[in-house]
Amino acid sequence: MRKNNSVLLSTPYIVWMVVFTLIPLGVVGYYALTDPATGEFSLRNLRELGMYLPVLWQSVAYSLVSAFICLLLGYPVAYYIAHTSEVAQKFLYMLVMLPMCMSFLLRTLAWVGLLQDTGLINQLLGLVGIGPLRLIRTPGAVVLGMVYNYLPYMILPLYSTIVKIDGRLIEAAEDLGCNGLQVFSRVVLPLSAPGILSGITMVFVPAVSTFYISQKLGGTDTILIGDVIERQFKQGNNPNLGAALSLVLMLLVFVCTGIMNRFGEGGDSKGGVIV
Amino acid sequence: MKKVLAFVLAAALLLGCAAMLSGCAGEEKTTLYVYNWGQYISEGEDDSLDVIAAFEEKYPNIQVKYSTFDSNESMYSKLSSGGITVDVIFPSDYMVARMIQENMLQELNFDNIPNFQGVDSSFKNMDFDPENQYSVPYTWGTVGIIYNSKYVDEADVTGWELLWNEKYQDKILMFDNSRDAFGIAQYLLGIDVNTTDLAQLQACADKLAQQKPVLQAYVMDQVFASMENEEAYIAPYYAGDYLMMADSNPDLKFFFPQDQGFNVFVDAMCIPTCAQEKEAAELFINFLCDPEISGRNMDYLGYSTPISAAKEFMDPELAANEYAYPSEETLKNASSFAYLPEEVSRQMESLFMQVRNG
Repeated sequence: MRKNNSVLLSTPYIVWMVVFTLIPLGVVGYYALTDPATGEFSLRNLRELGMYLPVLWQSVAYSLVSAFICLLLGYPVAYYIAHTSEVAQKFLYMLVMLPMCMSFLLRTLAWVGLLQDTGLINQLLGLVGIGPLRLIRTPGAVVLGMVYNYLPYMILPLYSTIVKIDGRLIEAAEDLGCNGLQVFSRVVLPLSAPGILSGITMVFVPAVSTFYISQKLGGTDTILIGDVIERQFKQGNNPNLGAALSLVLMLLVFVCTGIMNRFGEGGDSKGGVIV
Repeated sequence: MKKVLAFVLAAALLLGCAAMLSGCAGEEKTTLYVYNWGQYISEGEDDSLDVIAAFEEKYPNIQVKYSTFDSNESMYSKLSSGGITVDVIFPSDYMVARMIQENMLQELNFDNIPNFQGVDSSFKNMDFDPENQYSVPYTWGTVGIIYNSKYVDEADVTGWELLWNEKYQDKILMFDNSRDAFGIAQYLLGIDVNTTDLAQLQACADKLAQQKPVLQAYVMDQVFASMENEEAYIAPYYAGDYLMMADSNPDLKFFFPQDQGFNVFVDAMCIPTCAQEKEAAELFINFLCDPEISGRNMDYLGYSTPISAAKEFMDPELAANEYAYPSEETLKNASSFAYLPEEVSRQMESLFMQVRNG
């Protein structure tokens, strides 16, 4: 009886999954394996993929760098929030979430207004006789855009892991003669590993498939795989190649999350990874 | 008893709904979906005519839903992927020909478009629609180079090679659509713009690849903001849009690469096969061909009207403008884009993609 109930309750979600995830995935696969001109089965799209490998690696590199910077910036913030009073925690948590209430496109466009040659920062620099500096259309600007947009996805999982670390373990480590650095490196850091892994995944996955940030903040040579996919559908009228590229990207994301989960299992973490 | 009551209530509810529906049907509005280029109709800014509002006022039963695209290719892509309803589209010449070829357009009923008579005869039966069954010209125009005279040395403004000039590194914009971009390379290299020779297309792609390091960005509608704010100094674009930009930044100047040649185009109004409201669409097309509407619309747009009578309703200065209405002499080497076979346009798109990704 109980089992029946759970099947019944999960039916809506299963139907949802089939209709909006599994079937579309099948359609993507079908498009990837058909010829754009004739609609017949063909490996033409897969053969063309080789041309886009450099773009794919570039996307992976940008996203990894961004995820790493997010970790460096986010960890101290998450640690700090987790060690404030409960009221302060709620308030700070909300502050971290706040930028996410505003459209992602708008936030990126705002950076264009700040960074461009005639933008606010260069105007201010101009007043004191510097510049104009080349801030926009650089790889740095793209990484900045990614870090800015995805930092909350790093802080939130880190915070929820760190806040659960049992304070008595830290006291015990201190009692047993660890100095501050040792407490951090041998107790706190291993215990927050699941949060780190989940944070990296949550930054990496959206960053590797993003297309808008690189278009607005990057130059003509900072093209990411998301841009290429968008172009196939919008200008190129080649959804078949777009589908093939999406499949490769999806595979890449699966492999990356798989590797990170493997690390998680091998580490000192006690629970599973929250991905 | 309860069941009977429930039944009666349900029946009453149903009847109520039906009555409401039929009530609505009596004054139901026709929704007309118009799909046009960005910044391509007068919308009532700065005391200009709001064309869509004027249309809805004249035909209160029709409600216009207006949306925009930024290039022929993206419009084509959206229509050919299906699943949308659009009643009026504004493709350029070569795209009209391609869509006719691929059976994507409906034949127009010219009885509903009496204003077509006012269209100048040189804009009727054009090569892209030889029997003039599918299209009505909306505007015509040219492509040239827009540059900011504050930063660009007049001596450098000699021809299309300006767009490759390293002196203006990072301040040059380029078309973000394959046909216009390849067109520029073709004029510069002296290759026919309607070539189907793959080796020639490859040569153009190589030329475009050389240009990439000096470019700031590949843009379409974003050109307005970048040029007006002086974020970029040089851009190839449509002459009509130049006139609009020059209104907000008088330092912007325009140049026709007369000797190398440049593109002259006609943008037409067509009804795609996915249209639901053909008659309303024809009313809309007819309305835009009204000389007064066309004149006041072009007054704002800066593009050129194919209806001579419309010039009476325009600012006389614009009607005599050398960029909107260039002389025969200026146009001597200008040429228009013609239909390219499917495989060739696919190849061109793929080469352009390689340039962009390279």
